[in-house]
Parts: sequence; C-alpha cells; structure tokens
Amino acid sequence: MQWGSLTEFWAMGGYGLYVWTSFGASALCMVWEVLAVWRRHAAAASRDVS
Amino acid sequence: MSFTGINWFKYSSPQAFHPLAGRMIPWFSAAALVLIGVGLYIGFFVAPTDFQQGDAYRIIFVHVPAAWMSMFLYVIMAAWAGLGLGLNARPSFMMAQAIAPTGAMFTFLALLTGSMWGKPTWGAWWVWDARLTSELILLFQYIGIILLRASIDDLRRADRASAVFALVGVVNVPIIYFSVRWWNTLHQGASVSMTASPKMAATMVTAMLVMTLGFWMYSIAVTLARMRCVIVERERQPAWGKNASIQEVAEAR
Repeated sequence: MQWGSLTEFWAMGGYGLYVWTSFGASALCMVWEVLAVWRRHAAAASRDVS
Repeated sequence: MSFTGINWFKYSSPQAFHPLAGRMIPWFSAAALVLIGVGLYIGFFVAPTDFQQGDAYRIIFVHVPAAWMSMFLYVIMAAWAGLGLGLNARPSFMMAQAIAPTGAMFTFLALLTGSMWGKPTWGAWWVWDARLTSELILLFQYIGIILLRASIDDLRRADRASAVFALVGVVNVPIIYFSVRWWNTLHQGASVSMTASPKMAATMVTAMLVMTLGFWMYSIAVTLARMRCVIVERERQPAWGKNASIQEVAEAR
C-alpha cells in the first residue's frame, strides 16, 4: 500500500481529476446501462398485446 | 450433441432461451462484481506507482479492458450477424442486436478514458492518431448499426441490413489492433502480448486482466438481459400470434 492517507489517495499523485473522471464515468455508464435494460425489460413484459 | 445428454439446440429457440438466460444472469453478474472488485483493489492498493507516468497510469485498469471489450464485442456481434445471415436464424440476429449497445458503450468509454489519460501524459485530449481515429470509427460503426436497425420497420430486413453492415465493418478491428505497429503513432504500443513478456509489473498486468475478465462477465450478463428484452419485444409482435391476419402483420412491421 503506497497511500499514507485518504487525501493522498484522492489526489492520485496530482492526477486525481483524470483518474477519478475515468473510473467515475465508467461506473456511471455501466450502472446506467443496467438500469436501462432493467426498465426496458419491465416495459416490454408489462405491455399488453393490443 | 447427444453425448452431453442435453439437447443444446433446444436453447436456440427464443422461448426456451428466455428462462435459461434468466437463470444465468445472476451468476454472470456476481462474477462481474467480484472480479471488478478484486481488480480495483489490486489496481489501486497493490500495484505500485509507475516511475514514468506517476499515478495517471492507473487509468489503464479501465481503459485497456474497455478498449479490448469494444473490439472483442464487435467481432462477436459480427460473428452472430454472419451466422444469422448464413443460417437465416432469427435468434442469431437477436444476439447481434443485444450486443451492439454494450459494444458502443465500451467504445465510448475507451475513447473517454483515453482522452483522460492523454491530457496528463501527452498534453492533449485528442490527436488524430491512427489508433484513436480507427477507434472513433468503430464507435460510428456501432452507432450506424444501431440506427440502421432502428430505421427499418421490417424486422427481417432490419436484421439482414444491420448484419451486412456489421460484417463489412469487421475489417476495422484488425486495423485498430495493429495500428500501433503499422503506423508511427503517439499511442503507446501493446502493453501485453502473447509472444513477449509484459512490459509492466506483474501486479499491474494482473489487475488489468482481472478487470478485463470482470468487464467480460458484465458484458455477458447485460447482453443476456437485453436479449430477454428483445425476445419479449418481438414476441409482442402480432405476427407471432396464431391468428394474425396479413393486415395485422403488415401494421406491426
């Protein structure tokens, strides 16, 4: 472990903005995709055959 | 297939595949969560700081898996599309349809995280380098395939047209992969190769591979879930009903 403190961890040696944007955006996209598929399935399953 | 005691062809019918996919999704989701969790732990707490790039290099743990998945999913999607064209098999087209949005998302993430890595290391968010440009074209291909399908009302035509597009576009994948070798690019060369020993510390490679495996499991889970949506949506088409008239079929498509 190379991090002395939580602040140091967030700073990522000065590259915090780039590192956390990358990981944050990836997490957001993946969670959003799961929710979108979930809602799509609920919508498709509940729709009546007209 | 009889030697396994299971009739695998049974699952090539959408009605049988739907519940099977439902049973498989939790396992792949759990595997994805565990692998991504372990990958992040190794990537942030075990892997050392890079002596050249500092901690900015840690973007590799999401950038490389996303880029690999973007190419891998394209090849898989094109393979299903080709199988669909060859066998005129509807479920194969449905698999291709289910994979496309996930592939597009990973392509977008590869470009975004690459730009986040490019700024601190190259000093530019974007350059018109062979690797970056060909990956951007891959994103346009995914978007094109999704839009082409959406723009054709006739399901069979939509299946075939997007399958042909996917198959023709597969030529871009080796171009992306070998771009760093064929052209003199700003993008760094392959970090891992089958023939040479990795150019990084073992813990870094481990974190990258575990993350890739996690993204792979995630892709399978989300593709199966989307496949179920596609099956239900297509079942709702009156054409699937027993007594649908030609008029109803025409209206549905």
